[in-house]
Amino acid sequence: MIIELGHYALVLALATALIQAWLPILGARRGDRALMELGTSAALASFLLVAFSFAVLAFAYVTSDFSVKNVWENSHSLKPLIYKITGVWGNHEGSMLLWLLILVFFSALVALFGRSLPETLKATVLAVQAWIAAAFALFVLLTSNPFARLMPAPGEGKDLNPVLQDIGLAIHPPLLYLGYVGFSVCFSFAVAALIEGRIDAAWARWVRPWTLAAWIFLTAGIAMGSYWAYYELGWGGWWFWDPVENASFMPWLAGTALLHSALVMEKREALKIWTVLLALMTFSLSLLGTFLVRSGVLTSVHAFATDPTRGIFILAILVLFIGGAFSLFAIRASHLKAGGIFAPISREGALVLNNLILTTATATVLTGTLYPLVLEALTGDKISVGAPFFNMTFGLLMLPLLAAVPFGPLLAWKRGDLAGASQRLFAAAALGLLVAGSCYYAANGGPVLAPFGIGLGVYLIFGAVTDLVLRSGLGKVAFGVAWKRLSGLPRSAFGTALAHIGVGITLIGIVTVTAFETETVIEMKPGATVDAGRYSLRFDGMRQGRGPNYTEETGHFTVSRGGVTVTEISSSKRLYPARRMPTTEAGIRTFGLSQLYVSLGDATNGGGIVVRIWWKPLILCIWGGALVMMAGGIVSLSDRRLRVGAPSRARKSARFAVGAAE
Amino acid sequence: MTRKQKRLTIIGGGVAFLMAAVLLVMFAFSQAVAYFYVPGDLAKAGVAPGTRIRLGGLVEAGSVKRGEGKTVTFSVTDTLATVPVTYTGILPDLFREGQGVVAEGAFVAGSPVFVADTVLAKHDETYMPKDVADRLEAQGVTLGGKENIR
Repeated sequence: MIIELGHYALVLALATALIQAWLPILGARRGDRALMELGTSAALASFLLVAFSFAVLAFAYVTSDFSVKNVWENSHSLKPLIYKITGVWGNHEGSMLLWLLILVFFSALVALFGRSLPETLKATVLAVQAWIAAAFALFVLLTSNPFARLMPAPGEGKDLNPVLQDIGLAIHPPLLYLGYVGFSVCFSFAVAALIEGRIDAAWARWVRPWTLAAWIFLTAGIAMGSYWAYYELGWGGWWFWDPVENASFMPWLAGTALLHSALVMEKREALKIWTVLLALMTFSLSLLGTFLVRSGVLTSVHAFATDPTRGIFILAILVLFIGGAFSLFAIRASHLKAGGIFAPISREGALVLNNLILTTATATVLTGTLYPLVLEALTGDKISVGAPFFNMTFGLLMLPLLAAVPFGPLLAWKRGDLAGASQRLFAAAALGLLVAGSCYYAANGGPVLAPFGIGLGVYLIFGAVTDLVLRSGLGKVAFGVAWKRLSGLPRSAFGTALAHIGVGITLIGIVTVTAFETETVIEMKPGATVDAGRYSLRFDGMRQGRGPNYTEETGHFTVSRGGVTVTEISSSKRLYPARRMPTTEAGIRTFGLSQLYVSLGDATNGGGIVVRIWWKPLILCIWGGALVMMAGGIVSLSDRRLRVGAPSRARKSARFAVGAAE
Repeated sequence: MTRKQKRLTIIGGGVAFLMAAVLLVMFAFSQAVAYFYVPGDLAKAGVAPGTRIRLGGLVEAGSVKRGEGKTVTFSVTDTLATVPVTYTGILPDLFREGQGVVAEGAFVAGSPVFVADTVLAKHDETYMPKDVADRLEAQGVTLGGKENIR
């Protein structure tokens, strides 16, 4: 009964979304307040309905109600509670329901926090959100109904794919979706601006916090996904340029560009049309990502089930929304007035360079991701475009951007002083070169590019610090004065610096691991030792064990350095009988920012076992940098400028006056 | 600089950068992509030694020789032709005889053996690499693992 209620709530949510899709926008056209207000209530109602529906599905999972087909296919009564809950979105139907839930969640947020928005803009934005919500609610109901029943109910479920039985599933998809789907708000704002034919700095000020929030979540989601793949799959890799990874990376790149161009628009009223286009592109790439991952055109751990009708349905949504938005853009963009002008060497110019490189890089990733699909459709040839392609194109394109990053904040708006900025960055560049030189020396003339990359990272970090030092006058004025000036700086200055420092840290991690990791594949018998990095591992033997829904064989290793025992590592192979599926649980030990990574292979005839051991120097910098970038985003988001509805200040004070009079 | 000149500088710079990017992508496509073959294709395709390719098919039953050190040898077949493969390292968890596999690597000059540096197998019981399934079906091979696809 409760299951049917959940299903019914979803149908009601679709109906509500259909109301929200037309009436508020009609109200905005006619200046009818009541109709516009309806958008707010409908958005909240939609959210509550989808949330109820989602809770019902979660309830079915927790109580192991195998009469629900989706639960039977993806759960097992012996599965630990946490995986019963996360299993809700560990399958196609549930994950699409989560997608929808997050979409209506964002609509509800706009409805709640958009009080300072002009009424017509808010009504239009909510209507556009509802178009997307209606399309996806229809998709879930027609092609991916998670509430379908089984008659008679089976006694036991088929269990969740063991690779997904991990805490990563609790974190990675929700974060990623909050990012992916968060960009829908920017999309709706852009479409609303095009419909209204009006756009100004205030628009950018409303869009920026949403972009920033979505970007923070997407950064977290991608970093978490990367770390999860790293420890779970047992291949020791952290990024594979897999089409599914690219699907999440492209909106991130475009979203990063959007963050920067919205800044120009907010401060200088320039790049208006471009910013709108970028907002449309970012969410279009999110939709494309959903299509690539969920339609089954790609085979990966993310493609749960391949059903051609689903692919066609998502493709139709994709064509409708992307096509519709870009047609609207083509018709209406000329109505938007172009904004201020600036010299090529200026803060705006630097941000344009950022946008140029980021969008070009996005385009190369898009080309590399779609080319195999297109080529196969046209000629039948099957090719794989992998890391070599992306390293060559994306990697090379990003180099000038990374070199230019510290210049941006040092250049003035309108007309900047390149020579002056270079002079100020001299210390950071010299430090970078020094580090590069000493790395080259320490690596005994190994690869040349790697020390250069590490130096570039150091330059990025200190370049970002340079900006803060200069703005506070540290070293030129008394310390107390400098401190006061520093604490008086807007939060966004710190946000920028932190985000750029994060880029530097991630770069250092990527370069160091790529160039200096060591990998050993060796057959070991109990008592044998092997060296990895500065450590040495002794294999102590295998032990059998069992968990709630699996059995495992664990290899134990003792780690020592210079003959002194430091720690132990155990690495295991598990077998999940419900799916007759083995998994590898890598053994990982952290030393500072570096890690030892041990994964087990097959037993050999002589009583030994094949072991693969990596020494991953500074690998934690990769994700640590992402955390610092996120911190930068959060600090920026807390900036007063974004919290205060600056354009409505006059109106607000009038309202306060009225409040006081009452 | 006049307004027009400023605009031209920015647009000109942008176009030059885009051109460079396009050339780079085209160069990378000619250098850094791997074509996919099943064993039956290889005779007529004429893959030069050293060229990176992806070889897909079924792991021939009884062909896997492991347990003698860290190098594993097995054969990949599409029932029309069979290619011997060597791989040093740890095979994926779901690597099984009679099941689909994709090996990436190259042939060494003067030897029929395919030296793989990457071996990909299924992600779970119900999954067959799509490239393999399509090609094998096109050649009229019924898949061994089909009953698993529930």
